[in-house]
Amino acid sequence: MEYFDIFVSILGSAIRLSIPLLFTALAGLFSERAGIFDIGLEGKMLVSAFAAACVAYLTANPWLGLLAGIGVSIVFSLVHGFASITNRGNQIVSGVALNFVAAGLTVVLAQAWFGQGGRTPQVPGEGRFAPIILPGADAMRDVPVIGPLYANVISGNNILTYIAFLMVPLSWWVLYRTRFGLRLRAAGENPGAVDTAGISVTWLRYRALIVTGFLAGFAGTYLAIAQSAAFINNMSAGKGYIALAALIFAKWKPVPVMFACLLFGFLDAFANFMQGKSLPWIGEVPVQIFQALPYILTCVLLAGFIGVARPPKAGGVPYTKER
Amino acid sequence: MTTASVSLPGWISYGVIPLLNLLLALFFSGLVVWWIGEDPFEALKFLVQGALGRGDAIGFTLFYATSFIFTGLSVAVAFHAGLFNIGSEGQAYVGGLGAALVALALDRYVPWYVTMPFAILGAAAFGAAWAFIPAWLQAKRGSHIVITTIMFNFIGAALMVYLLVHVLIVPGKMAPETRTFLPGGQLPKLDWLMALFGLKLGPAPFNVSFLIALVMCFLVWLLIWRTKLGYEMRTLGISPSAAVYAGIPYVRTVIIAMLISGGLAGMMSLNAVMGASARLQVEFVAGAGFVGIAVSLMGRSHPVGIVLAAILFGVLYQGGADLSFEMPNITRDMIVVIQGLVILFAGALEYMLRPALVRLYQPFGRT
Amino acid sequence: MMRKGEPLSLDTASLPAIELVGIDKRFGAVHANKNINLTVAKGSIHGIIGENGAGKSTLMSILYGFYQADQGEIRISGTPVAIRDSQAAITAGIGMVHQHFMLVENFTVLENVMLGAEGGQLLAKGVTGVRRELKRLEQDYGLEVDPDAVIEELPVGNQQRVEILKALYRGAEILILDEPTGVLTPAEADHLFRILQVLRDQGKTIILITHKLREIMAITDTVSVMRRGEMVATRKTAETTVEELAELMVGRRVLLRVEKSEANPGAVLLSVRNLTVKDSRGVTMVDDVSFDVRAGEIVGIAGVAGNGQSELLEAIAGIRKPTSGEIFIEGKPVQGADPSRLRALGLAHIPEDRHHMGLVLKFEEYENSILGYHRDQRYGRGGMLDLEAVRKEAEEKIAKYDIRPPNPRLRTANFSGGNQQKIVVAREIERDPKMLIIGQPTRGVDIGAIEFIHRRIIDTRDAGKAVLLVSVELDEIRSLSDRILVMFAGRVVGEKTAEADEQALGLMMAGIAA
Repeated sequence: MEYFDIFVSILGSAIRLSIPLLFTALAGLFSERAGIFDIGLEGKMLVSAFAAACVAYLTANPWLGLLAGIGVSIVFSLVHGFASITNRGNQIVSGVALNFVAAGLTVVLAQAWFGQGGRTPQVPGEGRFAPIILPGADAMRDVPVIGPLYANVISGNNILTYIAFLMVPLSWWVLYRTRFGLRLRAAGENPGAVDTAGISVTWLRYRALIVTGFLAGFAGTYLAIAQSAAFINNMSAGKGYIALAALIFAKWKPVPVMFACLLFGFLDAFANFMQGKSLPWIGEVPVQIFQALPYILTCVLLAGFIGVARPPKAGGVPYTKER
Repeated sequence: MTTASVSLPGWISYGVIPLLNLLLALFFSGLVVWWIGEDPFEALKFLVQGALGRGDAIGFTLFYATSFIFTGLSVAVAFHAGLFNIGSEGQAYVGGLGAALVALALDRYVPWYVTMPFAILGAAAFGAAWAFIPAWLQAKRGSHIVITTIMFNFIGAALMVYLLVHVLIVPGKMAPETRTFLPGGQLPKLDWLMALFGLKLGPAPFNVSFLIALVMCFLVWLLIWRTKLGYEMRTLGISPSAAVYAGIPYVRTVIIAMLISGGLAGMMSLNAVMGASARLQVEFVAGAGFVGIAVSLMGRSHPVGIVLAAILFGVLYQGGADLSFEMPNITRDMIVVIQGLVILFAGALEYMLRPALVRLYQPFGRT
Repeated sequence: MMRKGEPLSLDTASLPAIELVGIDKRFGAVHANKNINLTVAKGSIHGIIGENGAGKSTLMSILYGFYQADQGEIRISGTPVAIRDSQAAITAGIGMVHQHFMLVENFTVLENVMLGAEGGQLLAKGVTGVRRELKRLEQDYGLEVDPDAVIEELPVGNQQRVEILKALYRGAEILILDEPTGVLTPAEADHLFRILQVLRDQGKTIILITHKLREIMAITDTVSVMRRGEMVATRKTAETTVEELAELMVGRRVLLRVEKSEANPGAVLLSVRNLTVKDSRGVTMVDDVSFDVRAGEIVGIAGVAGNGQSELLEAIAGIRKPTSGEIFIEGKPVQGADPSRLRALGLAHIPEDRHHMGLVLKFEEYENSILGYHRDQRYGRGGMLDLEAVRKEAEEKIAKYDIRPPNPRLRTANFSGGNQQKIVVAREIERDPKMLIIGQPTRGVDIGAIEFIHRRIIDTRDAGKAVLLVSVELDEIRSLSDRILVMFAGRVVGEKTAEADEQALGLMMAGIAA
């Protein structure tokens, strides 16, 4: 039974660690399916974490924090759009640039406003998204197998976690069941087809980027005021890139994105658990292996050794109808 | 009629436009400074003084610039072949391993000038090796090199941490770093060069790798514009279909370009590992690989431009450190903001001002 | 056709479907459309014919809102309309089938048809309606396509049908088809023509843009001819002939006869045996082709664009890997060799597309003067490039070929089309190759340069080289070649001498007679 408890605890932690990945990868899904590469997910995560922490600290209201996180993230998305859609700049360069601006600006502003070495002050408890105990969680706890799973994995998460999992079918529905989604996917494959159908590719891609900003805002907010209680210098710590890897690993599809994020979250949780422990026969496994595994897996996938990852055909190419 | 097809004279394309983009980036940086309640002009004064005011300040500025020249060249070489190498950061990191291994092996037995050529080779070889897999994946399997080099930055970071924590660490010590190299494994400072200008280097780690960087600038210039390989790289970079027509082998050219790019990135470690800290430390690259992207974009992938842009970023890094001391409200991270804005305006928004300039220029340009 | 001054009828049914009045469009220095007037009658198939670059596509792009005319007016059923974008064109009842299909390849037929006309925010609402409408269109016009098939898995002919369906689904009364048969097999083209006739009989107006005379004669009611941006004539198809149209298309430049002596063929230098080339989708582009080219002769390959000539040329030049068959240079098998090895064996190649293959437009002129030969030791020892030597040779070629402006340091993009082509021709011919293969030597080249380039090609033959010439310009093939092979649907369907009758060649090119 001891192994099972460990498993449940790792699973719970895996879910918590995969939530920011999930929001961010879904965010990337919308822009990349519309034909805009977004290396800048990391930066959006950071700025929204900062904004959410600031506002939640000042107002003690997590929802206002979320709103701020989303708002700032959308602004960054729009700058990316201005560079890569309106000015037809290089999408990678623009993403790299915005990541730097985000990394620098958050710390500069945090230091200037709060003077605590680039972090925000502790957000009070009521300013955070607290865990929600689902009905019957305590009662269920003693039921074998299902009980601990329900109480420690399914219950006891904050509202953003549930929203994240809700966003998966919602994203799928938007992409595959709405007019917006149809046009968005078309814009990422053949923008000419969208244009000749009398639809503005520019406006469509901007809207996709707004959705990207919206979802990435959740990710940052989750980091700052759900998982932690403050903004900390560079708190996204590469999660934006892992999310990007998850998006590729999932071959740009919403439901596989969820599984990829859970897998990468699980690796992270397992690495944390394994720190300083040794496995039978193998001995101590360096945590760095688990840290590198998402990237290694993604490279192996990109190399075409696990099926074919076909990116959106028009991705990364500014649309221009002039000859 | 569109303005995209109009060609502007070189002094506008390579002089005025980058300068205006730089000014825009500085303007927005100034806005940030003003926003947090400080005087942007005062800040600029401190920045410039801090970077160029004294001998040791200049020494630090040039020390940073040295790293950025290497990474800037690294990005530029790949860029000429049409490849966007975001992996200079990781290649420099792994390159440090090569430099450190050579230094650790030789420093007891030979003087620095004997170690140096081997260290250059070691750093370049390890950096190149780290670029090889993404290059091979791009050339043979069509995996997007931007994504794979990003992934390899993280894989490289994990590898280096593992090696430093578990393998290279000095037994009994806590800090994940190698032992300090003896003078035979260090690159000496360039006091004499500074003294020529009547300046004192002081504690600044400005060292011989600066000269290596300048040699590399010349060699890269030679490679790109004076060799057949460079010609092939440029052809591939501008027109892949023309490269096919000309019989330029895609796989070979991509891989060689990336090996050179990775090698140059790896050499950055000479400056940081053997020139400054005299030991291999965790995260010694500290973003220099990414600065290389900005430097290469600003310098228009030309060695001369890269040296100028690298010095500019050196000024930012050194001056920024001083600035945060003089104005505690402005942290060193302001440099990162400026760097991001420079990449944004000089890179992603490089065409923004073009139409306006074409309109301004056209009435005068007609002959 | 309506004449000016005819009293306007209030009955819109008798008004022309489209009137273009004084349409003018410039792209920089290029005057693509010059004061175009055109009237298209309702319920007719109206052909617009002209050579490549005559301005047909630009005109239709203006009509479809892709470009804005600098001047002029568009009237639909007598009402002036402003067509600012494709949406406005669709609203005005205009549909367009593009030369390069505007389809999303990994979408189903249904999704492609719906795109832009979904019938509501949610797809589910529209789907049943679209299915019903597709069924109706299938019944009315014989446009059969499985609505749930994925585009990339459909044959090209069916993909084109989806394009037509898209337009009809959006309520198009006027259908523009831009070079619709370029990508079709003859059987598919015939099927398309049957569909177009049904559409016309049901009252739709069709504009067919093409450079193929056979299609004009076969299917149109009226034909307008464009030449160098101008609309030069409009005829009832029944009242004109192929000869008249051909003359109108090319203008006074009817036949560019080049003075040349009798050929004096020597040994076989280049042979092709049973060569088959498939494209990336597995479609056979070159089908079991065999021929020889001897020293001192020009073999011309005639054919309508898209019948495998380009792929044949690329396979011989080492750019495209043949699927099967053999290529010999002086008896040595070379299929699958890369272009640099072929150059070393004495094969020079003037490619069809100088912008994407023959030249790097961003390079300075002298840099392009060595493209493909840059590894040669005469341009620098070892791996180094001796720019002095390169520039000196470039200057010599500039003088010899009268390339203007005579500046090797000028960016190649800034030369005119004719001078760009001369840069390529000079590079390939001046290397003194044994064999020269040429694709479309004078496409987009001014008359003066055409004569110059033709002269050089003849001189090359007279110097004892083997020359293989591919051109869609039949005149060019006839005036330069000593022997003419005709390609149709990937096969060589016959061989003629240069004195062959144009009509006989035309029939062979159309796949009608062998």
